[in-house]
Amino acid sequence: MDFSLTTEQREIRELANKFAKNEMIPYAQEYDERGTFPIDQFKKAWELGFINTCIPSEFGGSGFSSVDSVVISEALAYGCMGMNTAFMANDLALLPIVIGGTTEQKKKYLTPFTQEFKIASFCLTEPGNGSDAGGIKTIIKDGGDHWIINGSKMWITNAGYADLFVVYGTIDPALKHKGISALIVEAKSEGIELGKKEDKMGHRSSDTRGVRFNNVKVPKENMIGKPGDGWGIAMSTLDHSRPLVASSALGGAQRALDLSIQYSKERNQFGVPIAKHQAIQFMIAEMGMKVEAARLLTYKAAWLCDQGIRNTEVASYAKAFASDSCMQITTDAVQIYGGYGYSKEYPVEKLMRDAKLIQIYEGTSQIQRLVMARELIK
Amino acid sequence: MNIFVCVKQVPDTETKITPTGDGSFIETASIKWIMNPYDEFAVEQALLIKQSNPAANVTVVRVGPTKDTEALRTAMAMGADDAILVETNENLDSYSIAKALKGAIAKSGKTADIILTGKQAIDDDALQVPQVLAEMLNLPSVSVIVGFEVSGNAIKVKREIEGGALEVYELGTPCVIACNKGLNTPRYASLPGIMKAKKKPMTQLSLTDVGVSDSDRRVKYSQFRLPPEKPPGKKFEATDPAKQNDVVSQVVGLLRTEAKVI
Ligand SMILES: Cc1cc2nc3c(=O)[nH]c(=O)nc-3n(C[C@H](O)[C@H](O)[C@H](O)COP(=O)(O)OP(=O)(O)OC[C@H]3O[C@@H](n4cnc5c(N)ncnc54)[C@H](O)[C@@H]3O)c2cc1C
Repeated sequence: MDFSLTTEQREIRELANKFAKNEMIPYAQEYDERGTFPIDQFKKAWELGFINTCIPSEFGGSGFSSVDSVVISEALAYGCMGMNTAFMANDLALLPIVIGGTTEQKKKYLTPFTQEFKIASFCLTEPGNGSDAGGIKTIIKDGGDHWIINGSKMWITNAGYADLFVVYGTIDPALKHKGISALIVEAKSEGIELGKKEDKMGHRSSDTRGVRFNNVKVPKENMIGKPGDGWGIAMSTLDHSRPLVASSALGGAQRALDLSIQYSKERNQFGVPIAKHQAIQFMIAEMGMKVEAARLLTYKAAWLCDQGIRNTEVASYAKAFASDSCMQITTDAVQIYGGYGYSKEYPVEKLMRDAKLIQIYEGTSQIQRLVMARELIK
Repeated sequence: MNIFVCVKQVPDTETKITPTGDGSFIETASIKWIMNPYDEFAVEQALLIKQSNPAANVTVVRVGPTKDTEALRTAMAMGADDAILVETNENLDSYSIAKALKGAIAKSGKTADIILTGKQAIDDDALQVPQVLAEMLNLPSVSVIVGFEVSGNAIKVKREIEGGALEVYELGTPCVIACNKGLNTPRYASLPGIMKAKKKPMTQLSLTDVGVSDSDRRVKYSQFRLPPEKPPGKKFEATDPAKQNDVVSQVVGLLRTEAKVI
């Protein structure tokens, strides 16, 4: 057993840490306040190779392993969980093509993302169907030499800036899961209507919107797999993406821990730094324990994925544990900062708001437990 | 054109420095090493020259232990072509380091056209190596430069002097140039750069290979210890307007007699 990262992974982490420190942290607070989309950071991160980590090298990508990508995402989320959501959404959207696409589709749609800066969105959730994704109502109709999409999507990350959408719909709602199909849709297609940007509690720099598809025509060759393959592709996508989302929570939790340690040594009450009070020490110990456990789960889920071993169960452990821990840790960080923690002048209240989302998207913490139980009690 | 960049590996700026028990050096086991920040400007300058001069070859040279080769690998990930490491675990003085660099450049088999360095290393702040190296090589040198321009065969450099004024120098090649902050914005090493760096050649030499021996030592370090802790600052209560005059004259008095700054 070997818990160490390779030299290369350490260098990658070093670079991502530096990027987070210099390019993300100084802007995180202001972008959050104003809801500014981090387009400059996104572009720079792309130039350095941090974006689209899922694209294999044969299609122009860097050929990163799943472990490599969680190393990067943890470091960037340390800089800002909200910006990292925008960055990560590209991977979430492109993964279905990596997993289920043909060579032609990969060449046509993945390679351009390695040649120039482009943004992608993953469209699964609908106003009426979130956790129950198998019940989505967006209809994909056979139009002869093309598909026609009709329906509404909700909470779509990056939608306002996307060049490409990967859209899930059904060929027949009566078929339930068996009808789900995935299409690659170019943003310039006619009939795509964007909703207004959501005014969110956290991750305010990321762009989240509803998207309507009104009779949008899509070439026949843009279906990923066959009609009805969509559910399987979505489930494999989650096995890859959940470790990534877990690593985002991990990065945020580590930041909250580091800030708490630093602040508790600087703040004096009752004549001593508050770090001398056992109640504070115990909170910090608890944070450290959870961060370490979340890291082990996250890295293991990614490692299993790289080994080609089914990771559904561990990926759910990682996603739920890392995000629930991040929520607890960031809440405690606010507690350790006391009144100052509740003020926007200090960085921890934002961490607490940002943490909340990671318990919700990519399968809520409740849904993760459903998955775990299903895997455990077969 | 051959460009050599001398880089040093220094403790990360956030490192808490602790002298070893016997005071012979500092504890190095848990230090995170980074490239000396001023050397990053030198590497960036070399890469900028290479950009407009694709035939140019950029070699990074470092004297130090093999265990951590971050600085060289980072420089190659940024775009340098190859690296030379003169291996030693000793804490050498500026003279020996300059001599080792000279020896390493000679051993490379390439004739140096431009040698770039940082103006100083942020660990020992000696500000000597570039000047000593230039003297040893009998080359012109300018330090603390904030502007660099190639015009024909000449190099025009600018250095900041007292009061923010700029001195402009024109040099021929070969020469030694020591870089300061403000010269450029060092690029990040990209991820593909990190991958490519793995395949770039790194030559390892010993001190003997570069002709440095114990007799070259000019400075012997007798002891490393932390500076005495700063006494806490003095606070003066001046909320009562009636007492403010007194407080001010008290402060001025102490600034004269105790702090001796006015
Ligand atoms: C900022 C943001 C960005 C997002 N980005 C994207 C994106 O890019 N693409 C995309 O497709 N989606 C995206 N989503 C959607 C996200 O994945 C969903 O919000 C999430 O899956 C939950 O669905 P819901 O909001 O409809 O909640 P619901 O499914 O209505 O859930 C409400 C509550 O009920 C619980 N619940 C539901 N079913 C069960 C059950 N069977 N057992 C126990 N508890 C249950 C849930 O855990 C939750 O607590 C995003 C959401 C947000 C907020």
